[in-house]
Amino acid sequence: MISQLSWKIGGQQGEGVESTDRIFSTALNRLGYYLYGYRHFSSRIKGGHTNNKIRISTHPIRAISDDLDILVAFDQESIDLNAHELRPGGVVVADAKFNPVLPETVNAQLFAVPITKIAEELGTSLMKNMVASGASWALLGLPLEVFNKAVEEEFGRKGPAIVEKNVEAVKRGAEFVLEQAGGPLDAFKLDEADGKQKLFMIGNEAIGLGSVAAGCRLMSAYPITPASEIMEYLIKKLPKFGGTVVQTEDEIAAVTMAIGANYAGVRTMTASAGPGLALMMEAIGLAGMTETPLVIVNTQRGGPSTGLPTKQEQSDLNAMVYGTHGEIPKIVIAPASIEDCFYDMIEAFNLSEQYQVPVIVMTDLQLSLGKQSCEELSLDKIVINRGKLVRESELSELEQHQLFKRYELTADGVSPRVIPGDKHGLHHVTGVEHDETGRPSENAGNRQRMMDKRLTKLDGLVIRDAVRADSPNAQADLLIIGMGSTGGTIDEARSRLVGEGITSNHITIRQIHPFPTDIVKAELNKAKKVVVLENNATAQLAAQVKLHAGGADKIESVLKYDGNPFLPSEVYKACKELN
Amino acid sequence: MATFKEFRNNVKPNWCPGCGDFSVQAAIQRAAANVGLEPEQLAVISGIGCSGRISGYINAYGLHGIHGRALPIAQGVKLANRELTVIASGGDGDGFAIGMGHTVHAIRRNLDITYIVMDNQIYGLTKGQTSPRSAEGFKTKSTPEGSIETTLSPLEIAMSAGATFVAQSFSSDLKQLTALIEAGLNHKGFSLINVFSPCVTFNKVNTYDWFKENIVNLDQFPDYDPTNRMAAMNKIMETNGMLTGLIYQNKERQSYENLVAGFQEQGLANQDIQLSQDQFEKLLAEFK
Repeated sequence: MISQLSWKIGGQQGEGVESTDRIFSTALNRLGYYLYGYRHFSSRIKGGHTNNKIRISTHPIRAISDDLDILVAFDQESIDLNAHELRPGGVVVADAKFNPVLPETVNAQLFAVPITKIAEELGTSLMKNMVASGASWALLGLPLEVFNKAVEEEFGRKGPAIVEKNVEAVKRGAEFVLEQAGGPLDAFKLDEADGKQKLFMIGNEAIGLGSVAAGCRLMSAYPITPASEIMEYLIKKLPKFGGTVVQTEDEIAAVTMAIGANYAGVRTMTASAGPGLALMMEAIGLAGMTETPLVIVNTQRGGPSTGLPTKQEQSDLNAMVYGTHGEIPKIVIAPASIEDCFYDMIEAFNLSEQYQVPVIVMTDLQLSLGKQSCEELSLDKIVINRGKLVRESELSELEQHQLFKRYELTADGVSPRVIPGDKHGLHHVTGVEHDETGRPSENAGNRQRMMDKRLTKLDGLVIRDAVRADSPNAQADLLIIGMGSTGGTIDEARSRLVGEGITSNHITIRQIHPFPTDIVKAELNKAKKVVVLENNATAQLAAQVKLHAGGADKIESVLKYDGNPFLPSEVYKACKELN
Repeated sequence: MATFKEFRNNVKPNWCPGCGDFSVQAAIQRAAANVGLEPEQLAVISGIGCSGRISGYINAYGLHGIHGRALPIAQGVKLANRELTVIASGGDGDGFAIGMGHTVHAIRRNLDITYIVMDNQIYGLTKGQTSPRSAEGFKTKSTPEGSIETTLSPLEIAMSAGATFVAQSFSSDLKQLTALIEAGLNHKGFSLINVFSPCVTFNKVNTYDWFKENIVNLDQFPDYDPTNRMAAMNKIMETNGMLTGLIYQNKERQSYENLVAGFQEQGLANQDIQLSQDQFEKLLAEFK
């Protein structure tokens, strides 16, 4: 019996790779397994090799695996490109249609199943996905009735005839492969899972869900990979709560519309990736200058320019921290898990209103698009905090020509905020330097006071879980620092380092800006050597660490910028070498 | 009820004496009072440029944003609180150069916003460069040999983008301008009001006198039917865009807010945002 295994499906984009994965993983989720998915895809719709990999486990899992147990191949290319990942004794289930051949160097069992033929016999080659997933399921020796339930759920709306056909496709796929293999494979017999169905979603969906829970009711956005799922989720949900999503003409319109809506009192977000973020920069400055709350999600992908639009990277950090001209207060937070994606949206909306600043939530492609099991989410843990938003009933009357002091100088730098429509809250808002009532002012003293007011608002800010630390060693050989989706991979590497006698601490920096200097400093002091791990070429996170917390003499960078997430073995090897 | 005086504040505009924008300011104040608004019910969202300062010169809620983006900001305000009356405003550079993309799409989207452009055919605040509205051959600091680009026709563009309200006026005609802004505020959808608003400092060609000589006023044609799209387009072309009055209005098309699924009459900003446990569980159930 094993506690986890990895399964991959490969084929041409548009031929059912996605749907095979979906149905297979949905069924596994019904049994209570923890799942962690990774999508390898190209910036095109039809054609081109694509593959989806899932890790299946009886315990929580947060990283892709180095190797592969089962590869399902719709074409020879999928074998050629992926078979090297197979561990000795692995299995390839391939469509008999293309006379599959395994490379000589690969030690694996090949089952050629007439996937296309069975599907076509049942009426349409579209059912290839069912034949393939049925065969995979059968090899694992899992109960077929659970799979059939998942099929029923997927196709129930299309009527019993369709359900029946798909169930038949699953059965034929299963029967064929079992006959070839002589029954389920003992080596792949998974321990029983806890039977509790988990939440199972991609990061972008968790972000959408978190936004709804946070009270976000409007989104303005422009489609872009890998952010579009957020708007696609919200356009289905927001109308149920009175809100909507506007697909704008560009990202400049998206962000400025969001600023207008936040100014008018509705929690509004936009989401994009690097190219869109670049277009938003001037407007981010407007939000900072006018102290208008704003939430932007930046799902990082490979840059620069169009770069690698469907690949993993963490290279927008500098753009998010330093972007926009002039100097404004700004918060950048980086969820590091699927649960973070949900809770951090509530945090982001709260922070944006409490401090009246733009908040950027940065994810990376793997976190945004990797489908994974998610711990139970709770509404009880959520508190909506709108900061110093004052409503009409609390306002005192204004004299004629008197304006509300929207930018009143206060001890904490945050001023009371009203929204348009309130009778006694009239004031002006401008991106030009202004006085306490919002009227333009070039007075030198005023300028300095207003700059200080804005720029000190975030002094000492430490958000919930600003730095997530797993640092049990008072003096560790290594401190590994990461952000975003890399945490699970780092932890797997660490458990292998233990075997080498290397002690390690691990921190995930979640509050990227303003930098949580004190916490990071304390962690640096607990390690002989520090490794900062990031998916970019210029060590942007390491630069932040060195700038704020020091430690330049003992910090080494491990960088990967080939478009793929780190593998546990790579992190292990790099750490071992650096130690 | 508020009079136009309630829409005045005590800020002295930084416009040059004689600037056409003063009349636009006065016309907005009068129109707002005439349609029965109180200052707090109005939000004026403006762009950057001399004319963009207008939001600071009207006693109402106002946001002076960034260059070319008055319209998306204004649309955000309207979506957030449709109970507000929203005016977007700026110059021809703001709306027809840097912000042209937004102008066309705001027209298509048709939110209930009144967009007033102060069109002086030149860049004033940057001291005299060409605008998309400058005539061919027009000499400016950036076109010393005369502009060699075609003059943009915002009216034709608006018509072809599906505008539901297109009007044009002239700063000297405060009565017509006020009436058109009132009509725009009453129109249920996006209204474009382009106003010839002469720049007395940098544009020595398109002067008050020049406009008076060249403008065709539609108010003089009682038979003109502004609901006829084809006739409107013909009239714009016939006069080379040098006409004033209500050029086109489509009262049939619903505004965006009325077409959004699930959108209620009450402004979103005034609605409760807390989810119930039941609502939350329904959302979670989809991920199991």
